[in-house]
Parts: sequence; structure tokens; C-alpha cells
Amino acid sequence: MPTVEDLVERLFAGNRRALSRLLTLIENDTPEGRRALRLLYPRSGGAHTIGLTGSAGSGKSTLSGAIAREMRRRSRTLGIVAIDPTSPFSQGALLGDRIRMQDLTSDAEVFLRSMATRGNLGGLAPATAGVVTAMDAFGKDVVLVETVGAGQDEVEVAAMADTTVVVLTPGSGDDVQAMKAGIMEIADILVVNKCDLPNADLLARQLASIVDAAPGERKTPILKTAATQSDGIEALLDALDAHRTQIAESKAGDAHRRAQARHQVLALARQRLIDRLVARHTSDGRLDALVAQVARRELDPHSAADVLIADDDLPRMS
Amino acid sequence: MAGDEKIRVLIAKPGLDGHDRGAKVVARALRDAGMEVIYTGIRQTPEMIAEAALQEDVDVIGLSILSGAHMELFPRVVKALRDRDINADEVLLFAGGIIPDADIEPLKKTGFQAIFGPGTSTQDVIKFVREWAATRPARAT
Repeated sequence: MPTVEDLVERLFAGNRRALSRLLTLIENDTPEGRRALRLLYPRSGGAHTIGLTGSAGSGKSTLSGAIAREMRRRSRTLGIVAIDPTSPFSQGALLGDRIRMQDLTSDAEVFLRSMATRGNLGGLAPATAGVVTAMDAFGKDVVLVETVGAGQDEVEVAAMADTTVVVLTPGSGDDVQAMKAGIMEIADILVVNKCDLPNADLLARQLASIVDAAPGERKTPILKTAATQSDGIEALLDALDAHRTQIAESKAGDAHRRAQARHQVLALARQRLIDRLVARHTSDGRLDALVAQVARRELDPHSAADVLIADDDLPRMS
Repeated sequence: MAGDEKIRVLIAKPGLDGHDRGAKVVARALRDAGMEVIYTGIRQTPEMIAEAALQEDVDVIGLSILSGAHMELFPRVVKALRDRDINADEVLLFAGGIIPDADIEPLKKTGFQAIFGPGTSTQDVIKFVREWAATRPARAT
């Protein structure tokens, strides 16, 4: 039976089956998966990671396919991570992003992996960052992450991607929607997709006025695409390249990478702390006792949380 | 959620018939049973199916066919999987659709563990997949 170290060696040698097995170990957050990530992380960082987000039905999958085809035309190898929601009722998922990228399946230089959110909020699956690291370390030139259909607050993807693309469509709300905090502010590039529909120009103008009013030197580019016809895709790729060059050379890029690293470390630490807290106080019954007190209104939720973490040794180094 | 194992299933339609209702019903039933189901759409070549299985690292592959080309296409799927180092004993292969009784045994010899005909309850499919998953040999890391 091959060890995880063997698998990692085979991944570095370009074996796609090894990559795929490692992605499963990483996705399931197994001890082997974590060991693999320790080996893969130092070899990652070479790929241009691109996050694609926007509301459900805005055309993210079709746009991902169009971007991938143009990337291939420019001779770049590609990893794609496509995320769909897990059902909160059955914990199952139907992952259908391959349907719009069928033609890419026969291209050995494109590796498409579907992931389910598995209860995670924020538009990504819990192990997305690790999966991107593995594809990056495998040697892909570009890793494209397509989030689950996001609303106004699913901004996780920006904490992971070099370049975040927000996809909007005409007729999906007025400019006040677009000015609300969250998803607009994470955009490095704004895309008006389905630009063959009426009011696409109006939306682009509204976005331009918002971008012009925003503080800062860099004005977020606004591009119009019709992904089903591959219209505007070349210009989008040029904008992606320009952004990559800019962050590679600028101080802002350094700050961005540090902010991302900080976010990732803290997100993982938070998860581990909460897992340990829940495990400990589930087994000693303390969590249930506090919850019951709060439900009976004998204790308020803030005080209960304080009690739960009060005499705990969690913050100490283990 | 350390060690959270999910059964990952690929549902695919090889060949040229476009009737994907059955495939979608099975995909949905398996999803509702808590599995992660990758649906690839219609008109897949054996190579596309094997490639999707490789990239998605699925545990189970279910094929649906109504065109009558199963004796031609199914063995080619098995071969395309083997070409990618995926052997029939590592994944659960099953099929459904319009498949005459006389073809079932020959297909089982090529590596298909079950053939579900018209009228099969989705519960039977779910039970079959779960029982296989419970008794499968531990996978090589």
C-alpha cells in the first residue's frame, strides 16, 4: 500500500491519479491529508489562483468553461475547482459543473474537481484552500475556483485567490444592491455576464459610477462578456494577466498575501479550537447543561459562552 | 470535521441516446441518501467517463443507457478505466436502463456488479451502494 509520501512523490512526477487521491485525503481532512499538505505547501505558490464568484444563475460555470478554453488556447495548464452546495437536509450533494465543461474533459492538461460545501458557509468548501495548494504544487499554471452561487456576503474566496472576479448579470437588482458591503468590495475584476441581454450597458455604467466613487488608486476594471458565445473572454484574460502582473510587483500584493495567510491561519485555528471545545464539553456534559440553562432563560447566551471557555486550557500551547 | 468520509458517485450516460430521466432520478435519490453525486450529462464517450472518474476520485460509477449499445460501450468504459490505472475491484460499477437479461451475465464478467432494469426501486440502488461501501476493502492511501 503506498504511503502518503509515495503519493506526493508521484504527484510531483505528474501522476494525475496520485493528485486525485491526495485531493480526497485533503478534502476529508484526514491525518494523511494534513501530512500531504505539509509536503505540498512549500512547492506551491507558482500558479495564478483565480476566484470566480457571483449569484446563482449568473453564468459562473459557463464563464469558467470559456475562461478555461481561452487559457488552453494560450497554452496554459489548468486546474479547476467547482463548488456546489451540500443539502442541509440529507448532507448529500448533486455536483453538476462538469456538464458545462464536457469538452474540457478530454484535455489532459485540464484537471477539474467538483467539491460540495459540506456545511461550510462563505461560498467555499472547507478544504478548498488545500485542494488549490495541491493543484498548484502539481504544477498547474492557473487554478480557477468557482464558488457556490453567492449572495452579498460570501467573501471567503478573496481570502484564497490572487485575483477575485465577481460576476453580475443585467436585471438582478439596482445599483444600490451593488453598493452594499461585501461581495462588490472583494472584486479585483467585475464582469457583466450575459451582456447580450437588455440593460447590460446600464448595469456597466452603474458599476462604473460606483467604481469611480470608491477610494484608492486602482479602479476595478469592468468587463462585458457573453460566456455562451465566448464574447469578451480574450479581454477578460488580458485583465486577469494585468492584475497578476500588478500584484506580483506591488507592495499591495505583498500586503494582500499576508492578509490572506493571516485569514487562513486564524480560520483554521478557530475551527480547531471550536472542535476541541465541543468535543471536551460534549463528553463531560457541560455544553448540554449550559444550553439547557439558556433555553430555560436562567442564563443568557453571552454568560454561557463565558462559562464554557472560562477555566479552559484551550489557549495554551499543546 | 476530521475524517469525514463521503461516498462519491459518478452518474454518466454513455452513447447517443438523450433520455436522461432515469439517470437523473438515480442521481437525485443517491444525493438524498447523503452521497455526493457527480452528474456529467448525456452523450459521454467511454474515455470522458473514465477521465471524470479519475479526476473526481469516485467510489462508485453508475451508467445509464437506453440505446442498446451497452455491449459495445460498457466494456470500453472498463478498458478506459483500466488504462487510467482504475481497476474494477477498486470501484463499484453498476448500470441501469434497457438491458436484456441475456446480456447481464456477460456484463458482470467484465466487472459490472449489478444491472438494474426498469421498475427497480431507488431504495434498492441505495441499499446496494451502501452495502458495498460498508464491506469494501480499505483503499490504498
